[in-house]
Amino acid sequence: MREAMATLARLQARSKAVGQQYYFRNSVVDVFRKKENDAAVKIQNWFRGCRVRAYIRHLHRAAIIVQKWWRSYLSRQHYQLVVKLAYYTMKMNLYNEMAVRIQRRWRGYKIRKYCFDYFYLKEYLRAVTETNDAIRDALEEFAEMKEREEKKAALEREEKKRDYQARKMHYLLSTKQIPGIYNSPFRKDPDPWELRLQKAKPLTHQRPRVKQKHSISLTSWLACTSNRSFPRSEILPPINRKQCQGPFRDIAEVLEQRYKPLEPTLREAEPINELKEAREDLRRQEWIRNVNDNMFLPFSSYHKNEKYVPSMHSSSKYGPNSYGCQRFRDENPKKWICPKEKETRSNMDHKNKGQVNTSLIFM
Amino acid sequence: MSQRQVLQGVMSLLRPLLLDVVPTIQQTAALALGRLANYNDDLAEAVVKGDILPQLVYSLAEQNRFYKKAAAFVLRAVGKHSPQLAQAIVDCGALDTLVICLEDFDPGVKEAAAWALGYIARHNAELSQAVVDAGAVPLLVLCIQEPEVALKRIAASALSDISKHSPELAQTVVDAGAIAHLAQMILNPDAKLKRQILSALSQIAKHSVDLAEMVVEAEIFPVVLTCLKDKDEYVKKNASTLIREIAKHTPELSQLIVNAGGVAAVIDCIGSCKGNIRLPGIMMLGYVAAHSENLAMAVIISKGVPQLSLCLSEEPEDHIKAAAAWALGQIGRHTPEHARAVAVTNTLPVLLSLYMSTESSEDLQVKSKKAIKSILQKCTYLPALEPFLYDAPPNILKHVVGQFSKVLPHDSKARRLFVTSGGLKKVQEIKAEPGSLLQEYINSINNCYPEEIVRYYSPGYSETLLQRVDSYQPLAN
Repeated sequence: MREAMATLARLQARSKAVGQQYYFRNSVVDVFRKKENDAAVKIQNWFRGCRVRAYIRHLHRAAIIVQKWWRSYLSRQHYQLVVKLAYYTMKMNLYNEMAVRIQRRWRGYKIRKYCFDYFYLKEYLRAVTETNDAIRDALEEFAEMKEREEKKAALEREEKKRDYQARKMHYLLSTKQIPGIYNSPFRKDPDPWELRLQKAKPLTHQRPRVKQKHSISLTSWLACTSNRSFPRSEILPPINRKQCQGPFRDIAEVLEQRYKPLEPTLREAEPINELKEAREDLRRQEWIRNVNDNMFLPFSSYHKNEKYVPSMHSSSKYGPNSYGCQRFRDENPKKWICPKEKETRSNMDHKNKGQVNTSLIFM
Repeated sequence: MSQRQVLQGVMSLLRPLLLDVVPTIQQTAALALGRLANYNDDLAEAVVKGDILPQLVYSLAEQNRFYKKAAAFVLRAVGKHSPQLAQAIVDCGALDTLVICLEDFDPGVKEAAAWALGYIARHNAELSQAVVDAGAVPLLVLCIQEPEVALKRIAASALSDISKHSPELAQTVVDAGAIAHLAQMILNPDAKLKRQILSALSQIAKHSVDLAEMVVEAEIFPVVLTCLKDKDEYVKKNASTLIREIAKHTPELSQLIVNAGGVAAVIDCIGSCKGNIRLPGIMMLGYVAAHSENLAMAVIISKGVPQLSLCLSEEPEDHIKAAAAWALGQIGRHTPEHARAVAVTNTLPVLLSLYMSTESSEDLQVKSKKAIKSILQKCTYLPALEPFLYDAPPNILKHVVGQFSKVLPHDSKARRLFVTSGGLKKVQEIKAEPGSLLQEYINSINNCYPEEIVRYYSPGYSETLLQRVDSYQPLAN
């Protein structure tokens, strides 16, 4: 036990120094440890870095390979498109060029043959000249014809005028006793007026003729003026004419048949709007005659459209007159109907008979 | 003034007479009103203001034919003065009653109604449309077929007045089948009727190509050409107007007219008339020549150019001269051949004088300048160009010298002629700014000739020679 206690005391005395030694040795070692730790960390650091870098390098290479393949794939596709486009463009250019060649040839041909065809143009112009000349001739002829017609008409008018004058002045004709003014004895030939006067028929006094209406009025068929009643030809047959030798018919007959006037049937002779004209005629006559143009309407229809206008007698404010209404037509006819039963007829007859008999007896 | 007042007083006296019992008094009163309204447009206005029109329109429907004629005469007389009065007539509902009158049996009533409708439709397109809406057109076409010539005349004139305003109205008239009947009546001998028919056809044809083609399809050619030989001046005028309206639209229609020989007929017609009658014919030639060079050549070979130059020189009125100048320009502008044909007839100096003269109207000056320019640009006929060197103004001189510069390098005979006629001398005398087009032309002309000749003709050559003489030292012997 003492030894133990001595060791304990020895140990306790050494404990401080141990502690200090322990502390001291630890701190010295610690510095080494730190240094070594740092070195180890550095080494590990570096090694890890290398490792990571190697890994990244590896990844880079892989990525590059992938991208390389992908890009080549895309470019090849693009290249195919480019090639297709270039091929297409080349084909179209070729076609265009060929088309231009064809069109060039065709256009030259067309222009030379049709549009600028000189000979055709000359032909056309020649044809136009010919047509022009033909038209000019035709128009000249037309104008001349018109001139001639007008001159003829003018001459005819002159002739008619002179004829009319000659007829008016026929009394200036020369007679055996007195030579007319146109037949002077000193002249060699009579004046042309003289001859005209000889030929002229004297004018008769005529009433100015009313212009005939073309329509045949209704009443005329009764007057026997139509051709049917007195057939006559306009041209009288010539008299004292020698009969021609041969199997010819009588000339009067022939002329009569040839110049027979048209004799239409009654159906044709009347105009197609006969009825209409008849109505017009009637209407016209009535218009002349009638005083009032309003049509006469029967009372029923007259009253249908008209509003009833009460007379002054019934519409005055002093009340209707009682004269016509109250005395003759009574307001309560029931007044006159007796309420008791009617006697039967046989009774009444009997009564009447009795009464009559009695009256007769008394007479 | 007092006379008018008196007349207006008469109007108020006449009005109650219209309501008189006796029909003859009514008719005579209406006739008197019509004649008053016809005379003066103030009186026509007084008729409108005096509220007479409704009464007239009402009784127009009922009364006999004499009254109808007189009432239609009043409506016509009022409607002819101005569009406002015609509108007043339309407003009081007269159109329907007039159209009913067109169906009447009596041709006199139809004539009066058609005349009134024609005068109303004459003023403007709205009134025409109102007349068409009242259903007048088919009845007018029926009226044209009636045997009375006066009725035909008036109906044709009414159709012409209706169709002149717009293509739609013309189409309405065509749809009623008017063209066939109008075309048939071209052969009628009555001159006044022909005037109206030709006027109606030309008013229809002027609006569009389709309408013109329809008119042509009615086979009016070559019958229309006989109308160009008619005695009546206005028939000729209207016929050439019709041909002009047809030719104006397309080259094919002009070709048709040329093929039918229309150009020759028109040229003869121009030769036989004077004054305003010629104008449509001249314009027709211009239109035909304007379409294409073949047609212009056809006009030239039909001897149109001498006739046109005659018109240009002898007509006193400016607008006809302007038309002739325009037509000549259209003929000559296509190719050198055409320009030569125009230049040969010596029209270019006339055109130049018209352009330069101060008395010509502006329109004439403009047209003649255009014509000269267009002809000169194609003209290679040098004898006609030479007079221009002397008296042309600078803007035309430029073209003339340009033409010379185009022709001279290639033609030796022309060069010789140019020198001998004194043209080269004149060209040297022209002052031009350096660098301008004129100077270039002059240079190109000078290049055609050897230098000595150019120097010889340049102005002041004699002075330079004399100067040389002065400065010359004779060789001392």
